[in-house]
Amino acid sequence: MAKSRVSLTVNGRAVEALVEPRTLLIHFLREDLNLTGPHIGCDTSQCGACTVDLDGKSVKSCTVLALQADGADLLTIEGMAGADGTAHVIQEAFREHHGLQCGYCTPGMIMRVHRLLQENPDPTEEEIRFGISGNLCRCTGYQNIVKAVRAAADEIDSAKEAA
Amino acid sequence: MSDQVESVEARAEKLQGLGCARKRVEDARFTRGKGNYVDDVKLSGMLFGDFVRSPYGHARITSIDAEPAKALPGVVAVLTAEDLKPLDLHYMPTLAGDVQAVLADGKVLFQGQEVAFVVAEDRYAAADAVELVEVGYEPLPALVDPLAALADDAPVLREDIADKTEGAHGARRHPNHIFTWEAGDAETAARAFDQAEVVAREMISYQRVHPCPLETCGCVASMDKVNGKLTVWGTFQAPHAVRTVASLISGIPEHNIRIVSPDIGGGFGNKVGVYPGYVCAIVASIVTGVPIKWIEDRIENLTATAFARDYHMAGEIAATRDGRITGLKCHVTADHGAFDACADPTKFPAGFFNICTGSYDIAAAHVAVDGVYTNKAPGGVAYRCSFRVTEASYFIERMIDVLARRLDMDPADLRMKNLIRKEQFPYTSALGWEYDSGDYHAAMEKALEAVDYGALRAEQRAGREAFARGETRTLMGVGVSFFTEIVGAGPVKNCDILGLGMFDSCEIRIHPTGSAIARLGTISQGQGHATTFAQILASEIGIPADRITVEEGDTDTAPYGLGTYGSRSTPVAGAATAMAGRKIRAKAQMIAAYLLEVHEGDLEWEVDRFQVKGNPERFKTMTELAFAAYNQAVPGIEPGLEAVSYYDPPNMTYPFGAYVCVVDVDVDTGVTGVRRFYALDDCGTRINPMIIEGQVHGGLTEALAIAMGQEIAYDEVGNVSGGNLVDYFLPTAVETPAWETDFTVTPSPHHPIGAKGVGESPNVGGVSAFSNAVNDAFAHLGLTHTQMPHDHWRVWKTAERLGLTG
Repeated sequence: MAKSRVSLTVNGRAVEALVEPRTLLIHFLREDLNLTGPHIGCDTSQCGACTVDLDGKSVKSCTVLALQADGADLLTIEGMAGADGTAHVIQEAFREHHGLQCGYCTPGMIMRVHRLLQENPDPTEEEIRFGISGNLCRCTGYQNIVKAVRAAADEIDSAKEAA
Repeated sequence: MSDQVESVEARAEKLQGLGCARKRVEDARFTRGKGNYVDDVKLSGMLFGDFVRSPYGHARITSIDAEPAKALPGVVAVLTAEDLKPLDLHYMPTLAGDVQAVLADGKVLFQGQEVAFVVAEDRYAAADAVELVEVGYEPLPALVDPLAALADDAPVLREDIADKTEGAHGARRHPNHIFTWEAGDAETAARAFDQAEVVAREMISYQRVHPCPLETCGCVASMDKVNGKLTVWGTFQAPHAVRTVASLISGIPEHNIRIVSPDIGGGFGNKVGVYPGYVCAIVASIVTGVPIKWIEDRIENLTATAFARDYHMAGEIAATRDGRITGLKCHVTADHGAFDACADPTKFPAGFFNICTGSYDIAAAHVAVDGVYTNKAPGGVAYRCSFRVTEASYFIERMIDVLARRLDMDPADLRMKNLIRKEQFPYTSALGWEYDSGDYHAAMEKALEAVDYGALRAEQRAGREAFARGETRTLMGVGVSFFTEIVGAGPVKNCDILGLGMFDSCEIRIHPTGSAIARLGTISQGQGHATTFAQILASEIGIPADRITVEEGDTDTAPYGLGTYGSRSTPVAGAATAMAGRKIRAKAQMIAAYLLEVHEGDLEWEVDRFQVKGNPERFKTMTELAFAAYNQAVPGIEPGLEAVSYYDPPNMTYPFGAYVCVVDVDVDTGVTGVRRFYALDDCGTRINPMIIEGQVHGGLTEALAIAMGQEIAYDEVGNVSGGNLVDYFLPTAVETPAWETDFTVTPSPHHPIGAKGVGESPNVGGVSAFSNAVNDAFAHLGLTHTQMPHDHWRVWKTAERLGLTG
C-alpha cells in the first residue's frame, strides 16, 4: 500500500515518517516509534488505555489515524517525566496513593488526568470520576485513582502558590 | 555502625516488613510507561498471527480455500487443521482431561472458534488475509440451553468423542454429558429433609461472564532452530505448567523450552488456560523459523478464551421453624461449552464447589454437579475467585436469604443463628472441608454495628410505607452476605493440575553485601508480589525490603511452581518464602555462633541480628553474617548463603468476611444506585494493608460488574452477545461507588506467618451482597429470587412483574 508522509512533534521531538494511510496512531506510536507506554485494550474506543494528549486534548489513539496527527503536538506517557528523569507530580501521586495495580491502564489514565487537571485544576470527587470515565481500570476500583488525582491537584496548586 | 545505636523499633521500621503499608516497587516503571507487556516484545524478523474464526455456533465445514489469502503480499502462511494433523496437533489436551480443537476439524462448535491461522509480515496484512480465507459452512442446530443438553433429541456436539462412555471424571451417560461429581452424603441429607419443619427451594443461575482483564491474551513464540530452544513470552498465570504442557504436547525436551511471563495486564483467571493461539504461534515459529506474535483483540478475548461461571444451581434448604438450618441439597448443571477446558485441580471437576455450605454449621448436605457440553466457548475459569467458590458462595448466600423470607426472619439474624462458632474450629463441614480458623460472629457483629444495621432496617420500613402511600418511587434494599473462601490450593495429596502437585516455591540468594534476590514459582498480574514477598522476607531475615529483589515468571531462572490464581500466591508461595527465609536464618545462626564463639542455642534472633542471650551488646547483624558467609571459612559449613523451599501446604486457608450493601432502586427506570458498601475482610495476618485495601476495592468493583451487568449471552442459534466492550459491562469511575473497608485478624494456624490471601475474597462476598440487596428491595412484595445480572432492564422487569410500574 502506498505510504504517506506524516510530520509531528512527539514528546517535544520532531518526528517524520512514512505510514500507510490506514495506520492507527496507536500502532504508529507503539510499532514505528517504539513508544510502548500507550496500550491497546479494546479496539472499540471504550477502554482508554491508548490515551495520549494531542494538541491539548485527550484522545484515544486507537481511534485516530496517524495521518490525522500530521502537524500535531503529541504527548505520551513517556514525555511526562522531567528532563532529568524526575517523575511528574501525577505519576508520583499515583505511586503514593496506590492508584495502580497491573499498570496496564496507567499510562492512559495518567495522560487523561494530566489533561483533566488543566481543564479543571480543582475538581470535586464527582468531577474527577466523570473526567476519567473514558478510561477503564479493572484492578483498582478507581478509589485510589480518585485519591491520587485529588492529591495531584493539591500538589500542583501548592506548587503554583509557591512560585 | 549506626545499627548499634538504633532502637529495636527503629530497626524494625527500617525493614518495611510484615504489616507495613510499603509503597509498591513496581510503580516506578508502570507510571512511566516502562512496563514490559507481551505486546511490547519485539524481535527481529517477527511475524504476526491472526485467526479466521467461525461465524456460526454449530456448523459443518464444507471447504476451506486459503489460496486468495496466501496470494496477498506480506502473507507467509495459512494453517488449517489439515496442516496440524501430521503433527498430531489439531487437538490439544485441556487442563480438565478433555481435548480441544486447536483449529476446527471438520466442524465448528461455537461462534468465534479458531478455524485457520494466518501468518503475515504485519498485523494489518494478517487482518486482510483473514478476510480472504474462504470457508464454506453448513449450519447445524445449535445447543445453547445447558438444561436441555442431555435431552434424548439434543444435537450431538462432540462427534470426536461421541462413543466414549467414560470421561476423565467417570461415566458419561449422554454424548453431551461430561461428568457427574458428588460430595456429601445423599442419605443423611435426604433424612434431614424428611424430618424438616421448613424447606425452601430455589433455582439459582449464575450467568456466564468473562474475567476481561484490560490486557488480552497473547504470546510471542520464538524457535531457535540452531540451538533447538523454544522461548515463549506470554500472558501466562502459570508459566511452569505451560512449559511442562508445551513439552508434553510438542515433544521438545523441557530443558529446551523457556517460558517467560513478562508484566501481565491483569489476569483474573483469564490467563490460566492454554489457548489455540499459543499452540499455533509455536507451530508457526517452528515451521517458519522466525518469531511469531499472536495477540487477541478484545472481541476474540471475550468470545473465545476463558469464560467463567454458567452454573445453574437447583437448591433446597431445610430448617427448623425457629431458623436452625438442618440440611442443604444442590444439583448443578454446569455449562462447560464446547470443550471441557475448565481450570480446576484434577480431582475436582467442579472445583471446590462443595464449599457451598458456606459459613454455616449445617449437619447434612449433598451436592451433585453434572457438566455438559453446549455450543459455547470453552473455559470455566475461576474469575477472581478460587475454583467455583464464587458460585458456591452466591448459591448459599442467596439460599439463606430465600430461607429468611420463608421463615419471615431477618437475613442477618438467620445468619448469626447458623454461623459456625469460634470454638468449633478447626471445623469439618458436611461436604468434607476442614476450615482452619475463624471468628465469624465477631466479624458479623462488627459489620452490623458499623453500618448501624437496625437503623437501616428502620429506614427501609419507613421508605416502604412512604412508597405505599405514593410519596416515593424508590425502594431501598439492604444486602448482607457472609462468605468463607477456600484458597491456597493446595495440598499435593489431593490437589494437582495434570499430575503436577500444587505446591509452590521460593529460592533466595543473599549477596555478600547483605542484599538479596528471591525468585518464586508464582507470577504477579498486578497483585504487587515484588513488594509484598520482599516484606515477608524482610521480617524473616532482617534485610530491608528495599534491598530484596523479587523475580518471577522466567522458567529458566525461577524455581518450579504452579503459578498465581485461586488466591494461592500468599498461602502457598508466601509460605515457601517464609520457610526459605527460615533456612537462611538457620545457616546465619550457625555462622553467628562461630563468629561470636558461643553455642547456637545461646543466640537469639532480634529483628535483623543474632545476639547472645542476656548479653545483647554481643551480636552479628544479618549484613555482617551475609559477608561472613562469603569470606570466612566456617568449620563444617559450606560457603555462601542461599536457600530454596518447596512448600506443600498442609491445608487450604479459609479467609472470610461480612459485607453489607445498601441500594436504592428506582422502580420506574430499574436504575439501581449503590448508596453504601461496607466490606469487612479477615485474611489472617496482614502483610501490606495498602495493597490489601486496593485488592478489596478492585474485587468489589468486579463484583459490582458481575452482579449488576456482566453477561456473555447466546441466542438460540449460538450468536454471542456481550462479546465486546460496547455490550459487556465494565464499570467506569462513575458507576463505581466509594468503598468502605474494614477488617478483623484471625491468623491461619497452619501457615508459617498466618496469612490467608485476600485478592479474591471481595469478589466472592461482593456478588452476593449486591444481589441480595437488589432482591431485598422487593422482598416485602413477595420476591424471593430474581436472576442476575441486575441491569436496569431486568430490575425494571422485576418491578413490572410485581405490578409496581403502573
